[in-house]
Amino acid sequence: MLHAALQYALANQAAFWHAAGVHVRLSVAALAIGCLLCVPLGVYVARRRLLAPQVLAVVGGLRVVPSLAILFLAVPYLGLGFLPALVALTILACPPVLINTEAAFRGVDPAVVEAARGMGMDARQVLWRVEVPLATPVVVAGVRTAAVDVFASATLAAFIGGGGLGDFIARGFALFDPAIMLVGAIPVAVLTLGAEAVLAGVQRLLERRAQAA
Amino acid sequence: MRYLVENAGYVGTLLAQHLWLTAVSLAIALAVALPVGLLAARRPRVRGGVLGVLGVIYTIPSLALFVLLIPFLGLGLRPAVLALVAYAQVILVRNITVGLLGVDPAAVEAARGMGMTSWQRFARVELPLAMPVILAGVRIAVLAIIGIGTIAAFINAGGLGVLLFTGVAQGHADKIIAGAAATSGLALAANALLRRVELAATALASGEGR
Repeated sequence: MLHAALQYALANQAAFWHAAGVHVRLSVAALAIGCLLCVPLGVYVARRRLLAPQVLAVVGGLRVVPSLAILFLAVPYLGLGFLPALVALTILACPPVLINTEAAFRGVDPAVVEAARGMGMDARQVLWRVEVPLATPVVVAGVRTAAVDVFASATLAAFIGGGGLGDFIARGFALFDPAIMLVGAIPVAVLTLGAEAVLAGVQRLLERRAQAA
Repeated sequence: MRYLVENAGYVGTLLAQHLWLTAVSLAIALAVALPVGLLAARRPRVRGGVLGVLGVIYTIPSLALFVLLIPFLGLGLRPAVLALVAYAQVILVRNITVGLLGVDPAAVEAARGMGMTSWQRFARVELPLAMPVILAGVRIAVLAIIGIGTIAAFINAGGLGVLLFTGVAQGHADKIIAGAAATSGLALAANALLRRVELAATALASGEGR
């Protein structure tokens, strides 16, 4: 069956690379937008002790909702295609990034911040030179969790017309041909494991740097 | 939302299927994870390897894993349960290991001094003290099983995911919304219920319940 899958992939190289490209673009775009929205929001929420529990409760609830529900719920409101898939995946990327960012910035030792102020740093310098370097490893851990979620769930985007490697899984299922499904399933697994490994490496690197500083 | 009311019987059947899929998967997952977690807690060298392998399995996208199992197990409940058990393993084993390692050695030593056998120490001291952390793992595992279980509808395992897949296939907006509401409702209810159990176990472990 692996042989049949390889044959199919080789016979449809253009379609395969196009689907892989869409899969990566969709996932990376959703992660990037998710980070741009949720990292600043997380930093803001970490400074508002009264607001934090409410925001975290909402986001925690969102995290419990099955990813398939979030993805398919885009259809009644946004229709089929790349954009609804992107919006849904962005929403999926948000909870881990926001939760980790908030925890990271709340977890920065107040004594360290106090010492930096005592050295004459202003608020902006404290943020960029002290808090950001200390908090970044935990933020990246959240991005890593989000990346695994997004790369995996982007496979489901095929069902709502978003394209990506899930197209082969849907097509193989419709044609009762497991070999075509494997053309989608194996690269998706490799891609997700790769994304997780790369971000795990980045996280370790930043942890070492934060400890050295 | 009208769909939910007008098709209450059908949705009820799917809900029952979803609960059955979740219960069977959780029962098997726990039966496997308890001995594995105990072994991992006792043997540091086993721990790293086991958690590493389980972590890799957890990272494989569920739709891909379901598809990869089709050539071996076909469609239906069996491949779905196997995949769900595999996903739940990493969560359960990690929490069982962490829970057991977190038990105060002094408590175990005291039990030994009271003449308890190693089985009594495990069942009457270590397990109750580790229970809050283990139950937190059970809660997260149940949420993962419910969530990934919706995707199992794709390989004909039934459950509430059927509403989502057929709703999208038919372009039936009301059905999609009903499916999303039902799956989210189930997950949120399970989360709230298991949180309570967790809090009760924490109170018991810290001695307040006696």
